[in-house]
Amino acid sequence: MPERIGKYTINLNNTPSIIGYGAVVGKKEADGPLGQCFDKAYNDAFFGEKTFEKAETKMQKMTIETAVKKSGLSKKDIQIAFAGDLLNQCIGSSFDMRDLGFCFAGLYGACSTMALSLALAGIFVDSGAAKTALAAASSHFCSAERQYRFPLEYGGQRSPASQWTVTGAGAAVVAESKENTPHIEQVIIGSVRDLGITDVNNMGAAMAPAAAQTIGDFLTDTNTKPTDYDLILTGDLGATGSALLKELMKEEYKIDISSVHNDCGMMIFDLEKQDMHSGGSGCGCSASVVCSYILNKLSNKELNKVLFVGTGALLSPTSAQQKESTPGIAHGVVLTA
Amino acid sequence: MNPKQYQQLVHSTTPKSPLIKDCALAFLFGGSICAFGELLKMVYGNMGLTEDGVKLAVPTTLIVITAVLTGSGLFAKIAKYAGAGTAVPITGFANSVVSPAVEFSAEGKILGTGAKMFNLAGPVIVYGCSAASLYGLIYCLFLK
Repeated sequence: MPERIGKYTINLNNTPSIIGYGAVVGKKEADGPLGQCFDKAYNDAFFGEKTFEKAETKMQKMTIETAVKKSGLSKKDIQIAFAGDLLNQCIGSSFDMRDLGFCFAGLYGACSTMALSLALAGIFVDSGAAKTALAAASSHFCSAERQYRFPLEYGGQRSPASQWTVTGAGAAVVAESKENTPHIEQVIIGSVRDLGITDVNNMGAAMAPAAAQTIGDFLTDTNTKPTDYDLILTGDLGATGSALLKELMKEEYKIDISSVHNDCGMMIFDLEKQDMHSGGSGCGCSASVVCSYILNKLSNKELNKVLFVGTGALLSPTSAQQKESTPGIAHGVVLTA
Repeated sequence: MNPKQYQQLVHSTTPKSPLIKDCALAFLFGGSICAFGELLKMVYGNMGLTEDGVKLAVPTTLIVITAVLTGSGLFAKIAKYAGAGTAVPITGFANSVVSPAVEFSAEGKILGTGAKMFNLAGPVIVYGCSAASLYGLIYCLFLK
């Protein structure tokens, strides 16, 4: 049964397993350093569809089908699905669920959605509320760009701290504990933190305080130190946000995470060669990196214990235009070999 | 850390735009577009167009070229380096009309292309016309 330890952390005492996972990405992601790890990559940004929104739905659906297939289960075995994306009213997820037919809890955690869906799927399985639960998240550069920023062909310059929304999706099937599979041992649901960042081109800065708070609370609750983990992996802070996170951890918690920290947004692209400025972002960033490279490494036991902290910037185009600052959120999941 | 301290940390950590490089590129690209406009003016003049005709033909040509470059995806690639160099001349205005018109065609001809076409250029038109009207009024009342 799940058990609360400390103030915020939840122990999953039955250590549910991730028995299948998959990731599907776009061309830029496939050209990046982790290109070989993804299950499928599409050169066509439309994924053969007529609109970018339909493309995102199709990408997420393919990802989920890949994860279910790799788990050895069939679709009817999935008892509940937790999924989300960045599109208005989460149509990326809900529209693929109309074909997949799962019991569906739609999530919006901005770019933290993969960590949130994994955490909830883990809690559901650990508590016995479900035997199998699916966690999934996606983002698409083109659908996000037209919703949050400018039309794709608008000629503008991006600031050095800006990030590139990843075209990618990740999905994982969580089930009762099984040997030789990655496990979910602990989860922490974060709280919203806002230190007044209003620059919509610096989302790393908006999310770093929430990440610091979640990591700090988690290490305090579990009485562990950064070196107890092979990797503390943040979702999409990018280069700027990661630098800020390390400073915040030192300043607020007197903890140095530099030696074990990495960020999915910095891993998925070659920042220099691919001209990605601060790095990748979006739900699909951490979803596709965790549901390929990271879970592969845990399956091979090249990594043994990873604290994955998904980070989200909870802004909307309306809130930004109304000059509201950007609240951040971060949820954590401990993945073990 | 309180918001004020954090803003200072963010300010010192966030990389800045390379201002001198950006200005130099904007000058070169913007200057080239204007020089090309001058060239068009001479060519159209030599072709026998009246002064009014030339004033109409030069911006029209630049707008058409921008529309084609925007539609083919080249404009954004050039603008990435040119910055204000392509944004300030009439090319920037044309791009800001064509790019949403193309992008939002997925939502239909009326609520997509029609409604969103002036999303970006709309404010320029509104405040440009307002400023022109105000200046016209001042000119009419005091300077004429």
